[in-house]
Amino acid sequence: MNITQILFWLLSAMAIGSALMVITAKSPVHSILYLIVTFFAISGHYILLNAQFLAIVNIIVYAGAIMVLFLFVVMLMNLNAETEPQKNRTMQFAGVIAGGCLFLVLTAALNKSAGVNNITQMGGGNYGLIKVLGKTLFNDFVLPFEISSVLFLSAMIGAVVIGKKEQ
Amino acid sequence: MEIKWYIGLAIALFSIGVIGVLTRRNAIIIFMCIELMLNAVNLLLVAFSKMHAVSAAGVANPAVVSNAQIFVFFIMVVAAAEVAVGLAIIVMMYRNTHSVDVNFLNRLKN
Repeated sequence: MNITQILFWLLSAMAIGSALMVITAKSPVHSILYLIVTFFAISGHYILLNAQFLAIVNIIVYAGAIMVLFLFVVMLMNLNAETEPQKNRTMQFAGVIAGGCLFLVLTAALNKSAGVNNITQMGGGNYGLIKVLGKTLFNDFVLPFEISSVLFLSAMIGAVVIGKKEQ
Repeated sequence: MEIKWYIGLAIALFSIGVIGVLTRRNAIIIFMCIELMLNAVNLLLVAFSKMHAVSAAGVANPAVVSNAQIFVFFIMVVAAAEVAVGLAIIVMMYRNTHSVDVNFLNRLKN
């Protein structure tokens, strides 16, 4: 077992453990903080797969921008464990059973499928560097890139229009 | 690392997201669980692209990897736009009902 494999298992345990804490934590602020830990673990996986650009973007966009937005909203509304709505036990039990069934079916399908032992290359190659990705982005994906800027503009206007106080 | 461990990790994260959506009633936490599911799929996309970086014949295939990573980048872009609008809707809902409990939003039921 070499260092990459040890890191893989460590990051996987961190991601799954903190993801479980996201859905079990009572206070919404704790949920958000655990979700940030999950995103850092996923960024670690990206670095192991030699996708440095995605790792940095994941930290900046997800852990940096989106989670701070969530934190802002939670603190603005003054939500905490006392104001947390409680679902009744039966519904919670049914939800866990349904999600567990999904997990079981997917793992069983994975168990039976061929080619699952193909090796995923860890590290190696310079595919994930900004230089290569920038060339691909501005050669092959110029149109989607420009369309996504329009999407951002409309999302920004939409957020302002929805969040505006009624006159 | 074999691809099966990556698929297993993504399945686990995705299922945790589904369980969170089904069991929690706080709209913000439901939204966070959706983000978790998106991230599981992103991780799987990157892992599959690295699996196909070298084809079975031993030929290097760099276009697959960079295309997949651009795809993941676009998924992140769309997720960011989605969060901006979604949180605005949740703030609006809180302003009207003074709660983020999704069970209050059953006015379309009748």
